[in-house]
Amino acid sequence: MSDVASTLEYAEAGTSLWQDAWVRLRRNRLAVFGLVVMATLIVLALLTPWIAPYAYDAQDLDLGATPPSAAHWLGTDVFGRDMLTQILYGGRISLAVGFVATAVALLIGVTWGAIAGYAGGKVDAVMMRLVDILYALPFMIFIVLLMVVFGRNVLLLFLAIGAVEWLTMARIMRGQVQSLRQQEFVEAAISIGLPTTTIIRRHLVPNALGPIIVYTTLTIPQVMLLEAFLSFLGLGIQPPQTSWGLLISYGAETMEEYPWLLIFPGAALTLTLFSLNFLGDGLRDALDVRGAKD
Amino acid sequence: MERFIALRLLQAIPVILAVITVTFFLVRVAPGGPFDSEKAVIPEVKAALERQYRLDLPLLQQYTAYLGDLAQGDLGPSFKYPGRSVNELIAAGLPVTAELGLYALLVAVLIGGSAGIFASLKPNTAQDYLPMAAAMIGICMPTFLLGPLLVLVFGIHLEWLPVSGWGDIPGDKLLPSITLGAAYAAYIARLSRAGMLEVLNQDYIRTARAKGLPEWQVVVKHALRGGLIPVVAFLGPAFAGLLAGSFVVETIFQIPGLGRFYVQAAFNRDYTMILGTTVFLSTLIVLFNLASDILAAWLNPRLRHQFGSSR
Repeated sequence: MSDVASTLEYAEAGTSLWQDAWVRLRRNRLAVFGLVVMATLIVLALLTPWIAPYAYDAQDLDLGATPPSAAHWLGTDVFGRDMLTQILYGGRISLAVGFVATAVALLIGVTWGAIAGYAGGKVDAVMMRLVDILYALPFMIFIVLLMVVFGRNVLLLFLAIGAVEWLTMARIMRGQVQSLRQQEFVEAAISIGLPTTTIIRRHLVPNALGPIIVYTTLTIPQVMLLEAFLSFLGLGIQPPQTSWGLLISYGAETMEEYPWLLIFPGAALTLTLFSLNFLGDGLRDALDVRGAKD
Repeated sequence: MERFIALRLLQAIPVILAVITVTFFLVRVAPGGPFDSEKAVIPEVKAALERQYRLDLPLLQQYTAYLGDLAQGDLGPSFKYPGRSVNELIAAGLPVTAELGLYALLVAVLIGGSAGIFASLKPNTAQDYLPMAAAMIGICMPTFLLGPLLVLVFGIHLEWLPVSGWGDIPGDKLLPSITLGAAYAAYIARLSRAGMLEVLNQDYIRTARAKGLPEWQVVVKHALRGGLIPVVAFLGPAFAGLLAGSFVVETIFQIPGLGRFYVQAAFNRDYTMILGTTVFLSTLIVLFNLASDILAAWLNPRLRHQFGSSR
């Protein structure tokens, strides 16, 4: 990725690197599986209000918890709520947290890492030491305190998780920029007097895009896991909203009598995490130019 | 090498100090004091309580007083458990959590490490794919799902193992340790496979093979040391993850450890407990990262000599 030849090739041929990557990605069956599952889940999440078999707040207390049946494909919970509907609505939140919080992390991390890596010296040392400090701080307290201060809402959860997850992104970006800025084309850009912001935006970020895409794909499942972890402990999504983590937590309480209440939301979360990880691994192999030439 | 260790130790001090400061002020600016909960407290009693916990002093004075206490190893009193100090609560919870973490780490290193090395010896065969598929499941299966599922299968249906507790019934430590260690076993399997594959392709391994060493000697004596560097470097961050995982595992299996105290403190708004535990855990994490960095540097001859020669 960092050798001059591949960079020049990319600069000259424009999209050829990405076309190459796409061909390699399509050959990886697990990655394609992941891509298809994720596309399906995103469509389902977007269409949920129209395709969910029951209303989100519909309950049937007389029915209670029932195993899967023709009327309720994934059974019902103790309040007689349709499990499929719950999982669809929960998935909306879980996916939204995953994508939005990752976007927040991406924005902060890439900016931070690019500046630190480009500036080097003391600025770099101070900025990266701050990252180290934040690494050492257990994120739990941040999120708990933010929840206490502002009330427990979803938007805050996005920001809080994003603010925790940007650290690794910053480290990756810094490493990329550090190795890129030694190269001739960046020296050339400096020598013709381009402003620093333009160099970072036009020359460094695009060339570091491969690893950034890969780590973004691998960060989404981590963020979703974090949301589920917090919701499981009761510190994340609050009723009446729901998420897969919260559904799993309810399911775990009653799993002895109604195991399907644990198994279905658990399967939904695990399948999503699987797909994203396969896709991320596939992208890593597909975008790693050096690995492809070997 | 000594210079490297000294440098990293010096760097750790401001980190720990910053953690203490940030945590202290975050906890103090959070609204909703510990004493304005459900029952209304008489103003005089509240004032007396606040004096006892030094909440009546200006913020900066509270901070310096807290630093003074910390320097003497005193993490302060608990708001919610009157008469008990954070030190006592940590002393009660830490051995349990440390034992749980140790077993989980053993599960992770032994199972994960041997699976990864095993897979790396015959890459792209069934011997590689099977353990790596299992590792993928381990990474994608969250702790809080794996725990209940294991309880459901081995505790409730098969009735082989106890479903909760710690040290009360023989065998009750098995499920929590596996639950906590599984994800790390998966990560370590992938790391050790990748590390071993990289090392096994290098010239000095070819030399070792060419001079006729038996394969097991090549692997054990020559490849392992280099191949496991990524694993050692991972152990520091893994420790932090194990601590967070212990929150969930201790909640699921009702284990009276530090993780459960911490979660309860968060729910109770037991600020001194949150503060004390955070400072304690953060310091522990910083020290562990330090140890894992130093160990990884020591295993890597290039780093060792780089710092050794500049003395």
